[in-house]
Amino acid sequence: MADIKLTDLTKSYGPTEVLHHIEGDINDGEFIVIVGPSGCGKSTLLRMVAGLETVSSGEIQIGGKRVNELEPSARDIAMVFQNYALYPHMSVRENMAYGLKIRKLSKAEINRRVEEAADILEIREYLDRKPRQLSGGQRQRVAMGRAIVRDPQVFLFDEPLSNLDAKLRVQMRLEIRKLQQRLGVTSIYVTHDQVEAMTLGDRLMVLNGGYVEQFGTPIELYDRPASVFVAGFIGSPAMNFVPATSDNGVATLPNDAQVSTSLGGHSGSVLIGLRPEHLIPDDAGAISIDVEMVEQLGANTLLHGTLSGTDHAMVASVAGHVTADGDSQHRFRIAPDLVHLFDLQTEKRLAI
Amino acid sequence: MVENRPLANFITHLVLVLGVIAIALPIWITFVAATHDEIRMAQAPLPLWPGNQLWINLKQTLFGTGLSGTETAPVWLMLFNSLSMALMISLGKIAISLLSAFAIVYFKFPFRMTCFWMIFITLMLPVEVRILPTFEVVANLGMLNSYWGLSIPLIASATATFMFRQVFLTVPDEMLESARIDGAGPMRFFWDILLPLSRTNIAALFVILFIFGWNQYLWPLLITTDTSMTTIVMSIKQMLEAAEQSPQWNIIMTTALLAMIPPIFVVISMQKLFVQGLTETDK
Repeated sequence: MADIKLTDLTKSYGPTEVLHHIEGDINDGEFIVIVGPSGCGKSTLLRMVAGLETVSSGEIQIGGKRVNELEPSARDIAMVFQNYALYPHMSVRENMAYGLKIRKLSKAEINRRVEEAADILEIREYLDRKPRQLSGGQRQRVAMGRAIVRDPQVFLFDEPLSNLDAKLRVQMRLEIRKLQQRLGVTSIYVTHDQVEAMTLGDRLMVLNGGYVEQFGTPIELYDRPASVFVAGFIGSPAMNFVPATSDNGVATLPNDAQVSTSLGGHSGSVLIGLRPEHLIPDDAGAISIDVEMVEQLGANTLLHGTLSGTDHAMVASVAGHVTADGDSQHRFRIAPDLVHLFDLQTEKRLAI
Repeated sequence: MVENRPLANFITHLVLVLGVIAIALPIWITFVAATHDEIRMAQAPLPLWPGNQLWINLKQTLFGTGLSGTETAPVWLMLFNSLSMALMISLGKIAISLLSAFAIVYFKFPFRMTCFWMIFITLMLPVEVRILPTFEVVANLGMLNSYWGLSIPLIASATATFMFRQVFLTVPDEMLESARIDGAGPMRFFWDILLPLSRTNIAALFVILFIFGWNQYLWPLLITTDTSMTTIVMSIKQMLEAAEQSPQWNIIMTTALLAMIPPIFVVISMQKLFVQGLTETDK
């Protein structure tokens, strides 16, 4: 068990800096998810913690000890790879025991640990099979078993579920979460899937273009996104953005509709963010949408269209079944404290 | 692709049968010749069915002093020489190519690509091209008439290095990373992960290189003068022109038959691995 401290961490390949001044404190036993679109540097960051990539500047501490110069095996970490990286010529048992064998543990101790991990993951009956005889989900378990037997201070997961089918992914997601809570090992998990991120993480680090956009609990990220990027990334369907002018608690939309906000004492151009699920149908509401397409999802209905009188795309998510044909106008209201305001230039959240 | 067209079937089978005959008939004649005595073999027409002299011919060929009227080494010694040479060449080639490919793929050192291309360029320098300077070097090192002299100059292999490089490049990077996290050092990774993963490729290469080594003719001819170092492939040719008398076909053909056995044994015993090594892509 250990905490992890990232201080002013950067990574450059030649003159190109791909990670910029990453700061982050991860507490003992916490489950941290690093999330972002592809190419944002999230895997690089994880690999730096693992010791598979060098650190260009800054410092990584695990358990209060600087590990920048340590070999991966000396950092007391275990990693689960996206393609599992199981050794194909070794049986499941040998795969799990390999690291322990190198650390020269006694045969009895190795057996005890392998069988304990196999019991936790319910893979005891596959112990003598080769990886190619296993299904994707079983390989995934073996990869986790290999991490567990090492009894490390930190688990690192590099998109471990992206090779599984959708149903199995949901099931394994729950299992990973339960396992981590049971073992209480500090974990860092990289994914591009925001649902996975929201459900797994105690806290989420949202990366974009090598910068940390926001680092907080899933609910903080949902309720108070720090930037337009986070607001658009977290939540599905994505938040609607419309430029507006804000004047002391009232925002005027491009079609002159007025929406009250909870941001007093501010005036100027802003970007206004409205979550589709916060738009409530109300015939007297200020926001009017020309609906062009309807998606029935069963539990709720998505209405796609544009803000009336403009061509700003809007989506509203309405509970239950709504029968609406294309080309109809619907009106919505929204609670003032659910209206998000962002600076038009910096795209940062305006403080509320 | 399963079609039933009698004419096409007939033609394809005809081609196959002709191919088999073209390859198998000479071997059959060799075998038949090895089962008759010298007198029968000197008469026309050539026998097409086996005689009863195989055992006597084998004994005379393996342990006798070769053809009557010449002083050559017994054939069992030649077989042993050939086997030693072929094994040293093929195992030496595999060991050196594995290590150099490992260095080129997994280590970053200055002039890495230069080294690779230097190795690669030696493809253009087979032993026949550099035979005089190589002979000079081997002679100066005092390796004439020795197993070292027979095998060492043929061991360096660009083809095998290149092949292992391609094999190593298909091993996912995560395998190395995973081994690093497990605490395996470079040589440990090489032994525990890389070698087992290249097993089928090594076997396939061994088959090819063994036959290459076994069939060496020019180089052994050049550097062995002592009859006790003669290889079997050399000796077949020498037997044909030995002495003034007519060739003793029964002995020559028995020798040829014996010379075929080890390569055939290698191919058959490693056939499964050989095919896997050439076709398997899943790592």
